[in-house]
Amino acid sequence: MSLRSPLARARGHGAAKDGVGHWWHQRVTSVALVPLALWLAFSIAGLAGASFEATRAWLASPVSAVLAILTLAVVFYHLKLGLDVVIEDYVYGKGANTASLMIAGFVCTLLGAATIFAVLKVSLGG
Amino acid sequence: MATIRERPLSPHLQVYRLIFTMVLSGLHRITGLVLGLGSLLLAYWLIALASGPDAFATAQWLFGSWLGRLVILGFTFSLFYHLCNGVRHLWWDTGRGLEIDEARRSGVAVVVVSVGLTLAAWIVGYMMRGGA
Repeated sequence: MSLRSPLARARGHGAAKDGVGHWWHQRVTSVALVPLALWLAFSIAGLAGASFEATRAWLASPVSAVLAILTLAVVFYHLKLGLDVVIEDYVYGKGANTASLMIAGFVCTLLGAATIFAVLKVSLGG
Repeated sequence: MATIRERPLSPHLQVYRLIFTMVLSGLHRITGLVLGLGSLLLAYWLIALASGPDAFATAQWLFGSWLGRLVILGFTFSLFYHLCNGVRHLWWDTGRGLEIDEARRSGVAVVVVSVGLTLAAWIVGYMMRGGA
């Protein structure tokens, strides 16, 4: 006999209260990054040796800017999800583990905000 | 009086003979971490581009040096390997390709495709630079 209420079972949440949410977000961001990462990698390879003006002109175009912002947002969220799993595996102790997860979240958010701001600055001028 | 007895420990990584699929599995996590570090370089490059011509020139000089190119080569391979092996993981998530021989063959495919994509990206890069 299960000690869980029928409502809890229907919701499908585990003890951590978020069920397969983390796993699922990792999959969704992976699928999104297949085209986005290929686009960014080959775009940057195509800019090898390009001038400052040419590189800015590329990033300033609406298509590049929107795709770059999407890529960066998904990349840093995906990085945070991946780091979570590694930290949970290797950082022992409740305090150190929680602190590492928080720091990883702060660093990924900072990098995401800084890089997206850089794209906006280039594309909107200034 | 109670004596503390040595309890058996669970076998750790080093007791296993390394096999192909196991190395690929470890490489997925390692390349993921490398990409995390590499994202700092991407962030630096974008911020330099947004900062102005001088900052961008410094970044281009750094990335164009032999050490910079070596680091970017590692970064590019890590990206394509993690991407291809990620697709392999997604395929596994559907419950397919989990037999030993299938996993070995998809592993070979991942290595071949990720090396191929790395070469393709670098050929594009060198063509843009006119071979320099």
